[in-house]
Amino acid sequence: MQNKLNLDQVKVDFARDTAGKIAENLHSWIGDYTTTTIERAAARLLGIDGVDKGGIPLANVMVDKLLEADMLDQGLVPWLAKAVASREESPQDIAEALVEGKLEVSSVPDIPSEKWREIAETLAEEAASKIRTTREKREQIKKKAAPPNKPLLYVIVATGNVYEDALQAKAAALQGADIVAVIRHTGQSLLDYVPYGPTSEGFGGTYATQENFRIVRRALDEAGEETGRYIQLVNYASGLCMPEISVMGAIERLDMMLNDAMYGILFRDINMKRTFIDQHFSRMVNAYAGIIINTGEDNYLTTADAYEQGHTVLASQFINEQLGLRSGLKEEQLGLGHAFEIDPAREDGLLMEIAQAQLCRELFPNSPLKYMPPTKHVTGDIFKTYLVNGMFNLVSVLTGQEIQLLGMLTEAIHTPFISDRYLSIANGQYIFNNARNIGEELFFKDGGRIQSRADKLLNDACAMLKEIEKIGLEAAMEKGFFADIKRSSEGGKGSSGVIKKHEQYYNPFIDIFMNNSVTVGEGLS
Amino acid sequence: MEVNLSKIKAYGDTLNDGAVQLSFTLPVPAGDEAKEAARQLAVKMGFEAPAVTEMSDLGAGFTFFVLYGKCSHTVDYSAIKIPKRQQEIMSFGEVNELIKQELGRKVVVVAACTGSDAHTVGIDAIINMKGYLGEYGLERYPEMEAYNLGSQVPNAELLAKAVELGADAVLVSQVVTQKNIHLENLTELVELAEAEGLRDKILLICGGPRISHELAIELGYDAGFGSGTMPNHVASYIAAELIRRGKKDK
Repeated sequence: MQNKLNLDQVKVDFARDTAGKIAENLHSWIGDYTTTTIERAAARLLGIDGVDKGGIPLANVMVDKLLEADMLDQGLVPWLAKAVASREESPQDIAEALVEGKLEVSSVPDIPSEKWREIAETLAEEAASKIRTTREKREQIKKKAAPPNKPLLYVIVATGNVYEDALQAKAAALQGADIVAVIRHTGQSLLDYVPYGPTSEGFGGTYATQENFRIVRRALDEAGEETGRYIQLVNYASGLCMPEISVMGAIERLDMMLNDAMYGILFRDINMKRTFIDQHFSRMVNAYAGIIINTGEDNYLTTADAYEQGHTVLASQFINEQLGLRSGLKEEQLGLGHAFEIDPAREDGLLMEIAQAQLCRELFPNSPLKYMPPTKHVTGDIFKTYLVNGMFNLVSVLTGQEIQLLGMLTEAIHTPFISDRYLSIANGQYIFNNARNIGEELFFKDGGRIQSRADKLLNDACAMLKEIEKIGLEAAMEKGFFADIKRSSEGGKGSSGVIKKHEQYYNPFIDIFMNNSVTVGEGLS
Repeated sequence: MEVNLSKIKAYGDTLNDGAVQLSFTLPVPAGDEAKEAARQLAVKMGFEAPAVTEMSDLGAGFTFFVLYGKCSHTVDYSAIKIPKRQQEIMSFGEVNELIKQELGRKVVVVAACTGSDAHTVGIDAIINMKGYLGEYGLERYPEMEAYNLGSQVPNAELLAKAVELGADAVLVSQVVTQKNIHLENLTELVELAEAEGLRDKILLICGGPRISHELAIELGYDAGFGSGTMPNHVASYIAAELIRRGKKDK
């Protein structure tokens, strides 16, 4: 990575070290807790699937019953392993027996820990091996496919009906999209369960269900085969069921997950403690499955001003990086987010965008940055929006971004039409091809506007990180450091699902997932 | 150049040429037949001599078209009547002063994104302290008590809260408009308010990028605010309308 911004390495190291301390502070307590959705994720990993007559997932039924029996603080796995031992049935059979009332939580006899642990470890290893196989399958298909040009073309589908989504996803892939995200139904983040089966009704998007993942995966694999490419599938491991959705994605070979450490707190008013605990486990799953996460810093700039608050994006990227590494993610799996959101009416705004994008590139040289398109200052003037999206694409290719979420000319009007997506891909293909190596040719003036802006952003980010480290991330979020949104540390949804771990707590997946991955700090520049 | 306002036509470069550009997608594969289908569709829309200037294969059996044609229809501009909010826009200071002088009490405003809608950008810009583009939100108005209930609030809960807080005005934001979910949701709120006997006691106001004042009136609201609305626009309306209705006492 060329240093075009003349950055002061001492400041860069300071920012990273400080973010590391902020992450350490969170990790001083995260490990003391589990949550209902983490335990449900463990159930899903062990193969528990399906819903009862009332549509409630079996994983929820089992967790709720253990919670009622005051046993969940030891984890779901010990009880389940004991049940497997005494009944000689699969976890799924046990879940079904529990739902049908043929089995009571209290009727499972206690057995020596060596015995149930052995069963638990075997079951967990089987589950982990399935995820490894899925991961290897991805690697194999990718190896055979044509390597994609970068920036990768990322589009969204959002019909609300998974069958329409699959069709539109396939069309987008045939048009040249490298990555397709299925936007989620707006209400799902606050559901404390994962809906089941294929769904054809959703507003602003489609429910994330395991069956829906499978349907769109199949469509994209077909398009990939037709074109000799590998098309990546994206969904949202966010909201109250963050860890469970990661598990579903790991099983169904999703390639990317929107998976931010703070997004739910800020934008969905989910309880802080719950979110920090959930993101850790959720990211462990993603790390193990070889999934690239996308972080959500771009969202800060839809509520706060992009010019004034550019440094908050950087500070958050450093924090997301340090938390991600501590959950076993590698730098190459960190799709750190940022956005092209400076008011297009601002004089030299383009130079400021270049400064921010280049700065992200140089601060996180090994991470596949996720660059988000203009939305805030976009109106119904589709002609202007198309041009602004072109400028966004130009900055991206100039600064070596990797995951380019293409702007839609009808942003702010409706969820994308099939033709909107086509036009956005055409825009990206034209500019990326036409300016492919522009980054190797253009350098920035020493002490000029771009370098000065980058220096200021880095200084401000360092100051902000220093302040956050002093008061703690929770207090910083209470004070509205990010996105101008204030959240109380005790408030928000989902706090009742946070459970202090018993000293006998056991979850074999934590060891499996964490031991597989690079140790924290390895590979850092 | 004399424009006949009772019969206006679209304008390209000559008066009454009716020139219009349009684009759409057909669910058929690209080819001569697809192009002819696009042309025929334009004729049915009322275009004379439509020309397909671009045809692009979208893959998976879809084709995108750009067309130009001369639209034969006319509209009587002189007969159009649009209901407008008869309201001058006042500044932050003017609104507060007016409330103080004319009402002599605090105005209570309750706001939310209702239904399944989780997009709070709009309501946050109007209500939250910080406001939007340097224009303070209603929370900052010393003569107002504003409550932002956030996203995904059921209509019934919003009304219950409005009653509990003694709201003068209820603000509803709707951003997601897929399959007209916003219309269903907005209608439900009006119906609930009527059923509870609250409709005349509270100013019902809706807002969102696809909301217009006209649409709001049609749905049974007192006012609607579209894109480009600033907090003081809403505040001006609420203050002036309460005074107009003589709402000195609740």
